Amino acid sequence: MQKNSNILSRLDWVTVMLWAVMMIMGWLNIYAAVYNENHTSIFDLSQRYGKQLLWIVAAVVLAVFVIVTDNKLYFFFAWFIYGFFILLLLLVLVVGNEINGAKAWFEIGPFSIQPSEFAKFGTGLALASFLNARRQASGFKVMAPATAIIMGPVMLIALQPDMGSVVTYFAFFIVLFREGMSLYVFISAVLAVVLFLLTLIFGTVPMALGIIAVSFIILIVVSGFPTMLKAMMVMTVTGGVSFLLGHYLLDVGTDIVIVIAVVMAGAVYGWYTYWHKLKNPAIIYAFLLCGILYLFTVNYAFHEILKPHQQDRINIMMGLDSDPYGEGYNLNQSLISIGSGGFSGKGYLNGTQTKFKFVPEQSTDFIFCTVGEEWGFLGSALVIGLFVWLLLRLLILAERQRTPFIRAYGYSVFALFLVHFFVNIGMTIGVMPVIGIPLPFFSYGGSSLWGFTILLFVFVRLDAGRTEYLG
Amino acid sequence: MKDRYANRKYILMALVIVAAAILIIRLFYIQIVDKTYRVSAANNALRSITQYPARGLIYDRNGKLIVYNQAAYDLLVIPIQTSAFDTARFNSILGITIGDFRGRMKAAVKYSRRAPSVFMKMISSETYGTLQEELYKFPGFYVQARTLRKYTAPVGAHLLGYVGEVDDKLLARNKYYRSGDYIGTSGIEKTYEEQLRGRKGVNILLVDVHNNIKGSYADGRFDTTAIPGTNLWSTIDLDLQEYGEKLMLNKTGSIVAIEPSTGEILALVSSPSYDPSLLVGRIRSDNFARLQADTVKPLFDRALMASYPPGSTFKIMNGLIGLQEGVIYPSTLFGCSNGYHAGPITVGCHTHSSPNDLPHAVSMSCNAWFCNAFRRTLENPKYASVGESFDHWRDYLVACGFGNKLGIDLPNELSGFIPARSYYDRYYGKDRWKALTVISLAIGQGEIGATPLQMANMATVIANRGSFYIPHVIKKIGNDGAPAPLYTQKYITGISPQNFEPLVEGMEGAVNGGPGSTARGAKLDSIIICGKTGTAQNPHGKDHSIFVAFAPKDNPQIAIAVYVENAGFGSTFAAPIASLLIEKYLTDNIKRKYLEDYVLKLVIKPDAKE
Repeated sequence: MQKNSNILSRLDWVTVMLWAVMMIMGWLNIYAAVYNENHTSIFDLSQRYGKQLLWIVAAVVLAVFVIVTDNKLYFFFAWFIYGFFILLLLLVLVVGNEINGAKAWFEIGPFSIQPSEFAKFGTGLALASFLNARRQASGFKVMAPATAIIMGPVMLIALQPDMGSVVTYFAFFIVLFREGMSLYVFISAVLAVVLFLLTLIFGTVPMALGIIAVSFIILIVVSGFPTMLKAMMVMTVTGGVSFLLGHYLLDVGTDIVIVIAVVMAGAVYGWYTYWHKLKNPAIIYAFLLCGILYLFTVNYAFHEILKPHQQDRINIMMGLDSDPYGEGYNLNQSLISIGSGGFSGKGYLNGTQTKFKFVPEQSTDFIFCTVGEEWGFLGSALVIGLFVWLLLRLLILAERQRTPFIRAYGYSVFALFLVHFFVNIGMTIGVMPVIGIPLPFFSYGGSSLWGFTILLFVFVRLDAGRTEYLG
Repeated sequence: MKDRYANRKYILMALVIVAAAILIIRLFYIQIVDKTYRVSAANNALRSITQYPARGLIYDRNGKLIVYNQAAYDLLVIPIQTSAFDTARFNSILGITIGDFRGRMKAAVKYSRRAPSVFMKMISSETYGTLQEELYKFPGFYVQARTLRKYTAPVGAHLLGYVGEVDDKLLARNKYYRSGDYIGTSGIEKTYEEQLRGRKGVNILLVDVHNNIKGSYADGRFDTTAIPGTNLWSTIDLDLQEYGEKLMLNKTGSIVAIEPSTGEILALVSSPSYDPSLLVGRIRSDNFARLQADTVKPLFDRALMASYPPGSTFKIMNGLIGLQEGVIYPSTLFGCSNGYHAGPITVGCHTHSSPNDLPHAVSMSCNAWFCNAFRRTLENPKYASVGESFDHWRDYLVACGFGNKLGIDLPNELSGFIPARSYYDRYYGKDRWKALTVISLAIGQGEIGATPLQMANMATVIANRGSFYIPHVIKKIGNDGAPAPLYTQKYITGISPQNFEPLVEGMEGAVNGGPGSTARGAKLDSIIICGKTGTAQNPHGKDHSIFVAFAPKDNPQIAIAVYVENAGFGSTFAAPIASLLIEKYLTDNIKRKYLEDYVLKLVIKPDAKE
């Protein structure tokens, strides 16, 4: 008893309050989103708004269970929980139901459960446990296995295939960032994404030429004009040879010509720099080569590995395509809904776009449209403000931990919420490509609501017991 | 515990702020700065009008228009935007009763008070004209323009196909279509749906409470223009098609006519047929139900979807294979004593002179000759067993287009059936069957099934002396277009051209030869027609009458197969029809009026149904 009341007093009530407020707002919003004139009661169980109330009640019960459980249990069973969900992810590939093209759901009677929503919680625990145990070490020896812990579920989910969930798992790298992963990894990742998007806009060949030009400029700056001249001579010769070869003998496109030219230049130049022990030009050349190879890998991956509708979504976000009846339809309708909300919105239950059933998935992935249309800029900013508050609060809670286990887990929670929040709202306003992931606590659905509740409350519970020794 | 990376928390804090800022700035832009999203005055509503483009036109091979479009209008209603109005006047313009009106309004309200639904489909242009002038009196109602098909001649129903509404299954799979959209459901309309449909456009308008259009929403930023459908040029000769359908009236069967040098289908007739205009517009569902219930099955395309044993016309294939395998020669003589007798097996034959060489066996359609030839083919000492020879026999047939779908650009083509060695092995036991067991295959009976299309293709192969292009019905897609790549490829059957000559000679003899030739009635004075009659046994009733032919003998311009069901001998019915069509196509004039009259007057009732 003593311990219980202790727990209650040590819970972070700010977080709990934010959670409750968001769930209630979400529930009211779903009512507005799929309002059916023939079922006007918000408690009507045949409609989504009635069902969401059920899910909310169940979530509260779940939250209580989580709080009542001893926090040491989460610590000790971290790997079991992770393993259990890996098994479920394997199982769903075999006996799961296919909805919208992905085998991601178990159907048990009238209920549907999506294991990938809960597996995030297991992954967070396992990752935290691992980082906690290796807290003295650092560098590749720690980060490589940690990456493997993340990529395990990712690959299983990619097999379903559910690319939306896969994207959210990359949030876990934020945890690794905080726990010491090399900054260069993240800079390279950002650079890679930027290069990829630029290539979509400008095309492979111009980008390749651009990278070559930039390399030469860096070479002048770092090693001086004469060195650059020598490099340029080599490049011109190999470029010419490659062009003759490519165009007349082998008959390949300009892009392959460039690759051959660069590789040949490397062969010549590499030998030369090794002989003369020139370090900087060698490094710059290495970057050039990697850049060019990356360009072509990316081009191949985009066109051959991504499905056409995924390619379309990225192109639409970049403004390169509009496709108003296909992939662009969701985005256009979403923009119209939110944009027409103006400063203070059309008022509760007055959203014409959402009423007209124009916005597809308006109670799940596009739930933010209802906020934007009915509550306008004020309402939208309010919801964003709530999320920011929650996120910053999670950061503060994570930082006040003495045990790396709880801190790492807390960062998992933070990172997942950040990614869901930014990607979901971003896609409704055209800042992110359309990726089907829910907005925590607002989107309709038991699995997502419970998944997030458990994720959050395990952290709240661990935080409440932060003064106890765990391991 | 040292925590070297503690300062990274500031980077993450900044990340949150930046993320939120990006979202807020973007929201600020689209909700506040960009005025075009506004729906203006409080009572304005958005109305999304779909621009349905004109569906692609279809022309015949000579540029004559076959299928075009007419305007039609759907009347839509948004119940919550309606207010009290003069229902009497409204009903009178539309031509409906008050009961009808109440029923439709109820259905619309039930669907949704706020979302638009179709109040009345496909109102006529006249009604539209009157209504449009008085539409301001009826707030909440508006009109959406559609296109419906119109035909220059009441022919080609099966091959052109019809356009219907999209069904739910397709709606779930394909995002382009919305409920109520039209889609090609059969024939050319279906195969070439993507080219014919163009691309829908959309206009999003602002409308006030008085049903007045205030302008385009967001300055038309979300509007897209419709792209009209691509026009198609068909391979069909419209005159020939019309003539063929006329000749086949009151008979059941089909005609397939192909241009041998290209595989282009000149006419594709299936009888009984129907006027394609029956399946357009509001009358479509009633008419479709009626046609579907009709016992003669007019919706069924007999040229592609029916498989028959080819009968004597198949002897040509057996002759070719025998020559190619070297087990018979053009001069090989076989006797016939009113039939083929081998042990316990007898295959009957009509009375004719005996013995005969290959060309005469063809002209007189001697069963015994081909039974002998077939037996020699299967008992070929070059191969280890009858089964192995049978495999090779089958391979030749497959190379000539039998046993598999040819790949015509129309849906629902049957593949026909050529039994494989394994088929008989399963039935009789492995290698426990011989040539005599399956001797009926020699004369095109037994388990063989071929569609009229495949038989016309066979005529093409003979006409070309050993090659063909896959038969197709569209020769040009778009103004500068070409046919689909599949149809530009030449297929070589592997039977040497010189082996065709004796058979061509035999087919010439069948039509132009002396006594005993089976198709003398088809002879044309000025042009040498080469043909082969056939009678396909029909276990349910009278035999089917078949004739395959090509003309002229050298440098052939047309290859044709005609099937007349329940009509008895091939020479009496199918041959004259083929001959008339050839005459029409090659000379554009019919000199043998007596023959034409005879065919037109012929009424063949289908026997033994179901």
